[in-house]
Amino acid sequence: MAFKNYILVCGGTGCESSRSDLIYRNLIEEAKAQGVADEVQVIKTGCFGFCEQGPIVKVLPEDSFYVQVKPEDAKEIISEHCIKGRPIVRLEYGHVEKKAYEEVEDIKFYQKQERIVLRNCGSIDPENIDEYIARDGYKALEKALFEMSGDDIINELKIAGLRGRGGAGFPTWMKWNFTKQAEGDVKYVVCNADEGDPGAYMDRSTLEGDPHSVLEAMTICGKAIGAHQGFIYIRAEYPLAIHRLEVAMKQAREYGLLGKDILGSGFDYDIEIRLGAGAFVCGEETALLQSIEGHRGMPQPRPPFPAVKGLWGKPTVINNVETWANIPVIITKGGKWFSQIGTEDSHGTKVFALTGKICNSGLVEVPMGTTLREIVFDIGGGIANGKKFKAVQTGGPSGGVITEENLDTPIDFGSLQRIGSMMGSGGMIVMNEDDCIVDVAKFYLNFTVDESCGKCAPCRIGGKSLYNLLEKITQGKGTQEDVEQMHTIAHAMQKGSLCALGQTAPNPVLSTLRYFPEEYKAHIEDKKCPSGKCKKLIQYQIDPSKCIGCTACARKCPVGAITGEVRKPHTINSQVCIKCGVCKDTCKFSAISVH
Amino acid sequence: MAKLTLAGLREIREREAKKIGKREIHGRDVHVIVAMGTSGIQSGAKVILNYIADIVEEKGLDNVIITQTGAFDGVVEPVVQVYSKALGLVSYQGVDKDTAKKIVEETIIGGKILEDKKIEIKDGE
Repeated sequence: MAFKNYILVCGGTGCESSRSDLIYRNLIEEAKAQGVADEVQVIKTGCFGFCEQGPIVKVLPEDSFYVQVKPEDAKEIISEHCIKGRPIVRLEYGHVEKKAYEEVEDIKFYQKQERIVLRNCGSIDPENIDEYIARDGYKALEKALFEMSGDDIINELKIAGLRGRGGAGFPTWMKWNFTKQAEGDVKYVVCNADEGDPGAYMDRSTLEGDPHSVLEAMTICGKAIGAHQGFIYIRAEYPLAIHRLEVAMKQAREYGLLGKDILGSGFDYDIEIRLGAGAFVCGEETALLQSIEGHRGMPQPRPPFPAVKGLWGKPTVINNVETWANIPVIITKGGKWFSQIGTEDSHGTKVFALTGKICNSGLVEVPMGTTLREIVFDIGGGIANGKKFKAVQTGGPSGGVITEENLDTPIDFGSLQRIGSMMGSGGMIVMNEDDCIVDVAKFYLNFTVDESCGKCAPCRIGGKSLYNLLEKITQGKGTQEDVEQMHTIAHAMQKGSLCALGQTAPNPVLSTLRYFPEEYKAHIEDKKCPSGKCKKLIQYQIDPSKCIGCTACARKCPVGAITGEVRKPHTINSQVCIKCGVCKDTCKFSAISVH
Repeated sequence: MAKLTLAGLREIREREAKKIGKREIHGRDVHVIVAMGTSGIQSGAKVILNYIADIVEEKGLDNVIITQTGAFDGVVEPVVQVYSKALGLVSYQGVDKDTAKKIVEETIIGGKILEDKKIEIKDGE
């Protein structure tokens, strides 16, 4: 019997953690119980991207986009939607009385997106190789094995103008070409899946939703440069992505798409997974290679670059997950097609993990050249809770802040660098007026100080010194000289650090100093934190004209800092107050304010 | 699973693309809507829906998409609607298996309206 409904359930980590797996199982159970198991196909897919609204369930052919679905809803989806043909309005995205969209593509979150890397995420079952093959999967491999030489493949990437998506934007074809030309019989291919920026999950979602795209691309690279072994270095804290990769590799081996004599071409290639323990520095390519070899993950001086002397001293191509995921499409559709997407400087698309104080947090893929305003306000739906936009942090701990005045900057490698940030791997954290910019800089620095491997002095000592100065400023003890010293240390770190971790660690400090000098000034000269985040610089006060003496705050205060008689205005003893803010949250009369 | 040859891989792609293509809802030429309210199901709409879906599958009509909708008032159920650019929206009432077969063969494939079963329903709602 023919299937009449297809139910796509998001199986990304975000939705799974809100029980999408149970929704999936319930739907299958309910379809059985209600006698329509052979009419309804339930498919667990990769991430739909609209994580804010998860768990997401999409029902075809009606194109119903159900959001925030609960496991209990499975029964109704089967009985009402699948059996009686009545879409469940209360579950539909943006429902008021009727469906707020005609087609899923009309939803504003998706309108400006273009999905190349995430082409299969949310559309196929990532644990079924046949579904990947159905959507032109392994077609690029066919082409690469039977119709193209190694140089042809590299040339196609050159025409495409693909640049590394890990952050630095190095032309991919050049890496491959150097490795191909390097002398040696044994060469390696490595996938960097050690995604570590706070708030970033582009690579995880790509691997979870479409693992074969990475396997296929790595095999194509093997053919291009003459390698027969690939490694995927992935952090152990991505269990779902690892599981999907393992399933994908098993299926690919069974079909002979990995292993000896692939498709009868005579080409041998296989891939192994290496688990990382989650050190941020292992995302740096030389440290990553050290870790694969079983050594402590510490960066090595470059040159020699991995293309010449990489894994076990052999020429090695190392690319990031997102870079890999682009490659099969480029080979299938041609480099020229790819080069027409994006801007002159940066071709193709970029995936961003949009998080922070935004309405629609989630995974978005946009053509290069899209402006930040479009991402934050059109796709992201603007700032949550009616607050005011303050800045976006891109590039994680290596990047910088972008302010209101630069919101119309088209996103590509060059433009972001010009305004003092960087593309980075794609984390995008939105901040509102409640965020203290000095505190944000301190947060990122704390992260890089923590994650510094300690090998070189500029990073190890410079980072800690910078952090101490920021700490001083947030405590109201900073001076103007401290700012000058921060600049000196930052430049020393940029010039003297061994790897990108130390070289870029001062970026959040420099960029916040550049765009928010007045906020640093407020901390240093006025000893005030304008957004009320830095505890040493704020005081909670009770407005006697508003306080009715209900005693609610006094009862909640954990340190007994609030005193006063019933029905008379209370006062806060600032010597005792620990500035936890419980009183302000408790007060029903808005009598407590921060100064 | 046997190791694939080039031809084998292409075979899988062709077979699976057909299967997965059914989930692709855009760009179909003909849209068939079966009214599946409680009363519709009572009068056999479910049987008709399955029957139409099976014929469409059997004949390999990839350009046809079948969806369901709720009940209509004042008609003889089961109700089946066919929408295509050429014909616009055509509604049929009192559809039995025989009529269902005719709908597929004459209206969907042949582009001809079955006048004896036709009724006027303005909108899909």
